[in-house]
Amino acid sequence: MSADGDAAVAAVERIAERIERERDHLTELDSAIGDADHGGNMARGWASAAETVRELDDPDPATVAKTTGRTLMSKVGGASGPLFGGSLVFASAELEGGLTPESAVGFAETYLAKVQDRGDASVGDGTMVDALVPLVHTFKKSIEVDDVPPVVALAKAVDAAERGAAFTVPIRAKRGRASYLGWRSVGHQDPGATSTLFILEALLETARDRLDVSVAPDLDATSPTVPDEGAAEE
Amino acid sequence: MVGLVVVSHSERAAEGIAEVAAEMGGDTRIEPVGGDGRGGIGTVPDDIEAALAAADDGDGVVVLVDLGSAVMNAEVAIEMGDTEAVVADAPVLEGAVNAAVAATSPSATLDSVREQAEAAREIDKL
Repeated sequence: MSADGDAAVAAVERIAERIERERDHLTELDSAIGDADHGGNMARGWASAAETVRELDDPDPATVAKTTGRTLMSKVGGASGPLFGGSLVFASAELEGGLTPESAVGFAETYLAKVQDRGDASVGDGTMVDALVPLVHTFKKSIEVDDVPPVVALAKAVDAAERGAAFTVPIRAKRGRASYLGWRSVGHQDPGATSTLFILEALLETARDRLDVSVAPDLDATSPTVPDEGAAEE
Repeated sequence: MVGLVVVSHSERAAEGIAEVAAEMGGDTRIEPVGGDGRGGIGTVPDDIEAALAAADDGDGVVVLVDLGSAVMNAEVAIEMGDTEAVVADAPVLEGAVNAAVAATSPSATLDSVREQAEAAREIDKL
């Protein structure tokens, strides 16, 4: 198995573990403003995705991403299936030439564009887009403008996503199921933005394991206001 | 001729809507699809993709959808599949009936059937 394909499978497994650990937490967030199924749905989908990609014969990152997306689409349900899974399938084409910093940026941008298009949501609507936009923009700028190593760019992007997810707390949801609650959605963190953050944190952990850790930055040094990683109650 | 797919979160609702539309639709192929595949409420892109293929005889398919993620999953299924298909922005039952009638016209096209489905948005009931 290629090193990148192997890393991609490891990333999916790590994401599945993280989502499983956060199952109750995500369900709790979703029970406040949704239908209390986000934790269970995502855990079921990612567990199935991890199982499926483990069985792939010598996969490349694009195949792992596409297979994961297809599994999520059929197993997660609700709007999260097409949003997480469908966007992943669509964006996986960007990785077909291999995993490079440039193709990773293309992947991230395509994923974001698909989520925004499909969900018809903008920044400030109290959805996963609030985590994704700062995430993708920060990643792109870090790679293309600041020219930092990919794992550093990813760490900065995760920081940005964390602030984005936190941003969904004080605002009123305008898209998704939480929008039915109107002002009562204020004060709750969006489950989709939160699970997006968890996925990226697991991806970052995998990248740190697989890439040269000596270039990975101390997260706290770049963003002193952000609480400890994994501070979510377990 | 143009085919129809009726997507609902409930498999039984999809079947019932297709049943009503078939009364008006003559030979129109109408494929109902719905449910989460585990006996619950939901929609699954793979199932919709299969329904699209079943409804298509080469002239394309107009897709009627109920709510929220049914719309997204129908779009995903269309992107993944090989069938030429469009989602009608229409109420699912009235749109299905209109579309089924429109599809029986000898000059029916994918666009004309979709337009007739969408004209159902203007139906007054009182």
